[in-house]
Order: sequence, then structure tokens, then C-alpha cells
Amino acid sequence: MTFEYSPAPESTSIVDISAQYGLFINGKFVDAKGSKTFNTINPATEKVLSKIAHAQASDVDKAVAAARAAYTKVWSKMAPQERGKYLFRIARIMQERAREFAVLETMDNGKPIRETRDIDIPLAAAHFFYHAGWADKLKYAGAGDNPRPHGVVGQIIPWNFPLLMLSWKIAPALATGNTVVLKPAETTPLTALLFAEVCQQAGLPAGVVNIVTGDGATGSALVNHPDIDKIAFTGSTGVGKGIARAIAGTGKSATLELGGKGANIVFDDSPIDQTVEGIVSGIFFNQGHVCCAGSRLLVQENVHDELIEKLKRRISQIRVGDPLDKNTDLGAINSAAQLARIEEISSSGDSEGALRWSPECALPEKGFWYPPTIFTGVTQANRIAQEEIFGPVLSVLTFRTPQEAIDKANNTPYGLSAGVWSEKGSRILWAAKQLKAGVIWANTFNKFDPASPFGGYKESGWGREGGRHGLAAYLKGGEK
Amino acid sequence: MRIDIRKTYKLYIGGAFPRSESGRTYEVRDAKSKFIANPAQASRKDLRDAVTAARSAFGGWSSATAFNRSQILYRIAEMMEARSEEFVEEIALLEGISRVAAKKQVDQAIDAWVWYSGWCDKISTVAGSTNPISGPFYNFTVPESVGVVGVFPAQKSALLGLVQAIAPVIAGGNTAVVVASQKFPLCAVTLSEALATSDLPGGVVNILTGITSELAPWMGAHMDVDAIDATGLSKELDKEVRVSGADNLKRIHKFSSSDTPQRMLAFMEYKTVWHPIGI
Repeated sequence: MTFEYSPAPESTSIVDISAQYGLFINGKFVDAKGSKTFNTINPATEKVLSKIAHAQASDVDKAVAAARAAYTKVWSKMAPQERGKYLFRIARIMQERAREFAVLETMDNGKPIRETRDIDIPLAAAHFFYHAGWADKLKYAGAGDNPRPHGVVGQIIPWNFPLLMLSWKIAPALATGNTVVLKPAETTPLTALLFAEVCQQAGLPAGVVNIVTGDGATGSALVNHPDIDKIAFTGSTGVGKGIARAIAGTGKSATLELGGKGANIVFDDSPIDQTVEGIVSGIFFNQGHVCCAGSRLLVQENVHDELIEKLKRRISQIRVGDPLDKNTDLGAINSAAQLARIEEISSSGDSEGALRWSPECALPEKGFWYPPTIFTGVTQANRIAQEEIFGPVLSVLTFRTPQEAIDKANNTPYGLSAGVWSEKGSRILWAAKQLKAGVIWANTFNKFDPASPFGGYKESGWGREGGRHGLAAYLKGGEK
Repeated sequence: MRIDIRKTYKLYIGGAFPRSESGRTYEVRDAKSKFIANPAQASRKDLRDAVTAARSAFGGWSSATAFNRSQILYRIAEMMEARSEEFVEEIALLEGISRVAAKKQVDQAIDAWVWYSGWCDKISTVAGSTNPISGPFYNFTVPESVGVVGVFPAQKSALLGLVQAIAPVIAGGNTAVVVASQKFPLCAVTLSEALATSDLPGGVVNILTGITSELAPWMGAHMDVDAIDATGLSKELDKEVRVSGADNLKRIHKFSSSDTPQRMLAFMEYKTVWHPIGI
């Protein structure tokens, strides 16, 4: 049986996108040096949304100077409770303007409105609300007897959850008394620039938050700036290692949230229908553009065929298309470059002998799209079992014994997330203990909350974000 | 007059006391430049063997109960107490300080073991949490051991810095490859003799003596070392180790204070587990 849906697009009339945006430095929008710009497009239509200022090293310099002045003269001197009140204000304004943020995020990123509306934006506001309350309670945060801010923090965020990653970075930094210079991703700058407007509406003192748009060179200028005290980065493991090398010997500290190749382990006693839902949200949530995605499915051999059949039936129901449509499950791939990367790694699955399957689904002609895809018969040495694809592509492997499942799950340089599906409590706790990963989802997947620490083992990064443990990364005296 | 029996200062790897596979030794002199001993000058191969031993010991040590680890650390304090006189002698000789001052250092070192012994089964309570999620989930965070830790203890003291570096690493369930102070290596070897009689499984602590600048780069580049305590490294070596350590994103930390749970937590990873609540 097929269900017919009428189109249900969310109106874009709520957003007001300027033809051009400057950099947000010291509380004001300013042009970049040399007036260099780049375009940001809607990946679902390839239409240009706006022209964005391309920050040069001298612009970064100005932003850092503004952040330093704000830190020294205003923010570090402010009573912690007052600091917290600004964060509460920001959280409230984000809630008030939530729909505007959701539509804008969907347009700039390509992710479904259902996700921006129900997940990205509410969680982003919740992060500010959560951290606001920490501002005057830092001595209870378990970060040593004398917790102090680092000073000026340089923050670089990815394109997969633009506003949410911004809030993961800015909220704890401000709550702990730091000031920030943040660089959003090149392909998704718009919600960060709208957030700058929120800072203005909140009356946040000038220079406490500065936003510089640009590319890798802009990020590099930020990382290497001598007056930055700490770097917080979310992105690829390759770039993360580069940052670790760049700051070696400088005394700068860093939080790195990097890549993953999360194992999602299905034991034969798992509740199968619930498991299928979890597998789908594990890999197809946000087009698979998720560092903690459950991209390696490890299935106990005796339930493999039954599970895969049910999984295929479920995947056939996934609606791919217009991200602004409220019924869309899988939106656009964020960029042509990312699409090319997904295609390249996935084709190695074919050439290395895995079996590809995708449901029949019509993809729009304009824009960047990739159908939900699973590969069965994958072996551990395959590239699609080792490398992060960062797209809606699931690699399926099998195991016979619980120990084999753990060994295969841990057979990766990454260690960000893992899933365990079983009805047996003792087995879940045993597996959770054996898995080398910072976040374990048992009988669920891809859940996030400001109170829950997030971050990886091994080459998935340094430090945590969220919860009391994430707070410590922004404090000296509690810094690991 | 009786000729005294001198001790051969050897490496400590996997619970055994080998000489360096390279056959090398280096001369250690006391504060007045008088010859004392020829400890082993560990090589790259010795370091790699030590990492292998530490990795093999990691599974058992990290999964031992916290209470068990706690008792073993206390046992180390007992064994050191019994050898207290030997440590005092070595410290006085090497550092050129009075026996009273040396005794104070030994006492502090022993007490550090007792302090960390007590931490083994408390660190999770203090540093872990249950997290109030907006939804029907049970969510908790626990600290876990990070793996194999390379340790470069503070170089200033012959014994105290060494113990202050090793104790928190193994209290947290990690295993250690220690490069002893180049100038003051003898207490490290004597400590290894105490460790070997403390019910501490072989390989949990491995101690190398030798030239720090020769060994540090290999430690930084070793892909099976998860973290490094760089407290005793020079600025240049610290930077070098951080650059090569980036290849597997080693957790590298330098400490200015001791006897703080942060020294344990620096070599622990937080794991967060979610589970739905429902009927």
C-alpha cells in the first residue's frame, strides 16, 4: 500500500534574508577587508540565498581584539548571575524566533523542516537555557576549587547542525565567563548571522560574541591567532589533528569534537520493530550528516535476514525531497562537494564487493540528493566499514557472539558513539562497558540533551560538550 | 672491611627486570659528582616492549574492581614503607640533601599512594553523574580509564614527582610506561622493586631509565599510547611530543599541582549511557 501525501511546504515568508551580510564584530555588522564575499546557496534548489563577507586574517584580528577588550573590561568583571541573565534572554529570544530560525536553517542547510523545527532549534535554545543557570554556580561544577575562564575562545563549527553547534559552543563559553570569536561553516552561515541579531536584541555587551564568516583559511587564522586562549572545534578528524599540531607548544587548550563510525549492535533478543526505527534514525537522521551516526550496523547472524527485510520495508517509506515540506524525512545533501564524497566512498562499496540496495525513489532534478542506501555483506576491511561517509549510507556487518560484536565495534580509530539493542539488561550494561565510545545509546539512538555530556574516545576528539563535564572544558582549574 | 654488594639497576617491563636490549648503560653520579651506578639506557625497542606489556596488562587492570585496585595501591605504600631506608639513602645521595629532608620526601611519596588508594573507588562517585534529560530516558556519565599512558615525571625530585605521576594514572585503571628522571633514575628502579612485590600485575607499571630526549619522541609517535603526562618534559620536547602525538590525538597534559583528582581525571574518559524508561 502506498500513501499519497499532498505537498505541505512551510512558508518562507517568515524569513528576511539580506542580499549581503558583513562580519559581526564588536556588536556591529562590518564589511570584510577588501570586501571579498562568497555565496551561500540553498542545496535543495541551488539558488543563491545571500552574499557573505569573507573574513581575512586582519578581520579575525579585529574580532579577537574586540573579544579581548570585552573580556577584560566587561565580561570578566560582570557578576556571574548577571552574565547568566544574558544567556536566559538569548534563550528566550531564540524561542520567540524559533520558526524563523527553523525555516532559515532548512533553506541554508537542506535538512528537513521537521528536524529543524522539532530538534535543532528547540535544542539550541535549551542549551542556552541550561548553561544560563550554570553561570553563578561554577564552584559547584566539579572543576576544582578556583574555576576561571580561559579568556578569548576561538570556535569553529560545522555545517551539519549550524545553529545547534553554535549553541553547544557559545552557551558554555559565555556561561563560564569567556568571550568568543566564532566561525560558522562556509556553506551554512545564515543562522549564525541571525544569531548575531539575537545578541543585539538581548543587549549583549559588544564584543562578547563575534562572528567571522569565511573558509578554512579564516579558521586557520583564528586557530593560529596569538591572542586566542582556547580553541573549540567540531569537524573532521583530519582538520582536528591539524589543529592539535598547530597549537602544540603554544599553551592554548582545545576541545575537539571530530568524526565517528558508530557501531549499532543488534542482538538477537532485540525488540525488532523498535530496533528498525532506531537503525533508521541512527543513519538517516539529518541525511546521515551526523558525526555520531550509527553508520555500521552489526547484526547477530541469526536475525540478519529478518531484520534486513523489515529494514528495507521501512526505508521504502522514507520520503525524500523538498526539505521545507513538513512530510519530508530525508532532505538535501548539504553541498556538491559532500555529495561527491558520499558518491566516491559509496562506489568503493560496490567495487569492494558489498551489496547495495536503495528503495525506488524519485530525486528532484535541481539540488544535491542521495537516496537512502544500505550495503549488506560488508566486511571490516571495506572502506565503507572504516571511513566516515557522512551521508545516508548504512554498512551492514554480522556477528555471532557478543564478544565478536564488541571486537568489531571497537575496531576503528574512532570512538564517538555506539548503539546496543537488546531486551536483556545485563547484556546492555556489559556491552556499554566494553564499547570504547563516549556516548552509548541503548535501545535508542541519536538522542541529545544539554544536560548530557557528548564527545569521543580515541580519534573522535578531546573533551566533552554538554552537562557538567562539558562545562569543565571552558574552565581553567578544571581543565583536563 | 667488608666490600658491600652493589645493586644492578635494571629496567622494569612486564613484571620482569631486563637490561636494555641495546646493552647500553649510562653513568649516574651523586650531587658531588662521585660515581654511583650504571643504570640501563633504554632504547626505542625497550620502549616498544614496555608499551606492548602495558597494553596486555590494560584489560585486566582496567576491569579489576575499584576496591581491588585500591587494595593494591595501599599494598604499594606498605612495600615502600618497608624499603623506606633504601629510598632515603638514594635521595640523599642523588639530590645532595640531608637525610631528614630525604625522609620527608619518602614519607610524602608513601602518603601519596595512600591518598590515591582511597580515590580508586570514589572517583566515579565524585566525577560521574546522572543527567536529568528532557524526556523518558535514564542517562548517566561515568569516568573510565583511557588506556596506556606514557609518563614523564617531574625531574626535580628523585622520588616524589615520580610517585605523584604514576599513582593517579594507575588509580584510574590505566597502565603506564614511565620514563624515569634522567638525572635521578635510581629511586625509580627501587620503586619498581617495591611494585613487583605489591600484587600489582606485571605490565601495569613499566619503568624505563635512560635519556629523556631519546625516548620522548618515540613515545609521542607511538600509535598504541593513548595519553602522555608531559610534566617532566622540556618546552621543546613537550612541543615535539604534542605534534607527533596529534597523529592519534593523544591526550597530553602537564601538571603544576599534585594530589588533586584532576590528575586522575586527565587520564580518564567520560562515557555517557542512555536508556529509555517505559513499561
